[in-house]
Amino acid sequence: MSRQITAWLQAAPMALVMVGFLVAPIVMIVIVSFWGATEYSIYPAFQFDNYQFLFGSPVTYAVFLNTFKYAAITWALTLLIGFTVAYFLAFEVRTLKWQIALFLLCTIPFWTSNIIRMISWIPFLGRNGLANSTLISWGVIDEPLEWLLFSDFSVILAFVHLYTLFMVVPIFNSMMRIDRALIEAARDNGASAAQTLRHVIIPLCKPGIMIGTIFVTTLVMGDFITVRFMSGSQRANVGRLISNDISLLQYPSASATAVVLLCTVLIVIALLLRLVDIRKEL
Amino acid sequence: MTKNADLELVALTKRYSGTVAVDAIAHHFKAGVYACLLGPSGCGKSSTLRMIAGHETVSDGSILLGGKDVSHLPPAKRGTAMMFQSYALFPHLSVRDNVGFSLRMAGTDKVTRDRRADEMLELVEMTALADRKPDQLSGGQQQRVALARALITRPQVLLLDEPLSALDPFLRIRMRAELKRLQRELGISFIHVTHGQDEALALADEIIVMNDARIEQAGPARDVFNAPKTAFVARFMGGHNVLDLPQGKVALRSDQMIVMPAKAGRVDGRITGVEYQGTHVALTAQIAGSQDVTALIPEAQFFETPKAPGEVIGLGWDDIAAHPLAS
Repeated sequence: MSRQITAWLQAAPMALVMVGFLVAPIVMIVIVSFWGATEYSIYPAFQFDNYQFLFGSPVTYAVFLNTFKYAAITWALTLLIGFTVAYFLAFEVRTLKWQIALFLLCTIPFWTSNIIRMISWIPFLGRNGLANSTLISWGVIDEPLEWLLFSDFSVILAFVHLYTLFMVVPIFNSMMRIDRALIEAARDNGASAAQTLRHVIIPLCKPGIMIGTIFVTTLVMGDFITVRFMSGSQRANVGRLISNDISLLQYPSASATAVVLLCTVLIVIALLLRLVDIRKEL
Repeated sequence: MTKNADLELVALTKRYSGTVAVDAIAHHFKAGVYACLLGPSGCGKSSTLRMIAGHETVSDGSILLGGKDVSHLPPAKRGTAMMFQSYALFPHLSVRDNVGFSLRMAGTDKVTRDRRADEMLELVEMTALADRKPDQLSGGQQQRVALARALITRPQVLLLDEPLSALDPFLRIRMRAELKRLQRELGISFIHVTHGQDEALALADEIIVMNDARIEQAGPARDVFNAPKTAFVARFMGGHNVLDLPQGKVALRSDQMIVMPAKAGRVDGRITGVEYQGTHVALTAQIAGSQDVTALIPEAQFFETPKAPGEVIGLGWDDIAAHPLAS
């Protein structure tokens, strides 16, 4: 009996933190999502108006589709870049000292805030920005490129810039766990470099790829500020839908959208976890 | 096998920035030999093996297999196969896919490679576990799989890097009998790196003792043990006394020492230890120049005239038992 009490006491602090900071807010959001709202007030109720409106509006589907598009393209690009960087760090850099040094170098941009890193793209990509003026002076283009800034291109560029490291770290971690004798064994069995990559390294990196995928998709799907800044408020994703509702004090409607987004992300993660078992990596 | 599969090392050298790991060694391995590269850690035996396998570049000299220079060929093109110390089985592949890996890389179709993999698994008696993953196997079973994976490429020379060091002592003795059986059945050369002299004696037709990047002595197991040429070999092989006598250094097998009354032998010594070892009793004595000598006496003979520490005894030996040592 006393042992049971001790166990409960030991689990209590963590449980309290989780209940207070995770479960309670989500429960609150779910409750508010059933409330009603007028132009100037919100009132407690249990009605499905918010969800009805959400699922009845074609805007919702377009915005969700756009969110998935951003997530998918960002995922593909961060995976490609992240895998390459991790591969270079893990297999091409020979000494541990250099591996650590270069790895830290990758993290240096993270010493500044997200917003600053985003905004710093604007003078570079703008109509009269560095990229356009350089291309014009080289004679590559005659007119400034309009799609460089405030477009899907700039949004995805910023996402890739912000989140590639979240792909590099878990993949690098997976790669460092690969016994180097396996690479030699593959070579001994006649595998070319490409075959070793395909049949040995990528299968053994799957858990790292999966963890990076979860990081990047959840970050991109939950984002609103990057889309707002980099598209000059011309593009929308679900996060912006919620943030707009909040700025209009439409909390019940924002909550309903948030609940749907949360469920969507959870379904995506559940599907990903069915593909690869990441338990042994944790 | 034909004489073509002889393996020859010519002035083979490996330098790592500043240090020499293998210093211009030369050796001729006859086809179908079971050879052991024996030496303490850091003596260059593993570097030598890895150069033969092609996993380490050759700094100087060459490796000839069947009269063809293979020094700069990729590992899979040499006619060698390597069995790694930790077995290096692919953890994400089943036993059958591990064994068939090289065929898959070569583009063999699945039916053929599964059939050949199953044949190899039968050879090492692992057919029943073909669908398991490596982490579901014991150390001995993993070793059999690694062996099958190396042999499926039909190598002329199999290279084994400390293959038994990861096993417990009981399994080690069983697996070493099995290695020997396989080598005899297949008739190909095995080159086996080890730091255990008992392992080398039990397995090898030919022992190559290495020390400090050079070959100290090479020859049939019995010759190396019975007639060590240097003090290093005598000490490393064990079972020998190395004595500094007026006529020079000699190696004397402990079990060929004859214990007799004081003044009757060639040297006198005071007993410092008596150790009962079952079949034998090991007497340790200190002789002039505070050199320790061990005499191994059959236990029945010892208990006829028991000795105690502190007693002075005489030690003798036949001339033929004393092997003069170089330096």
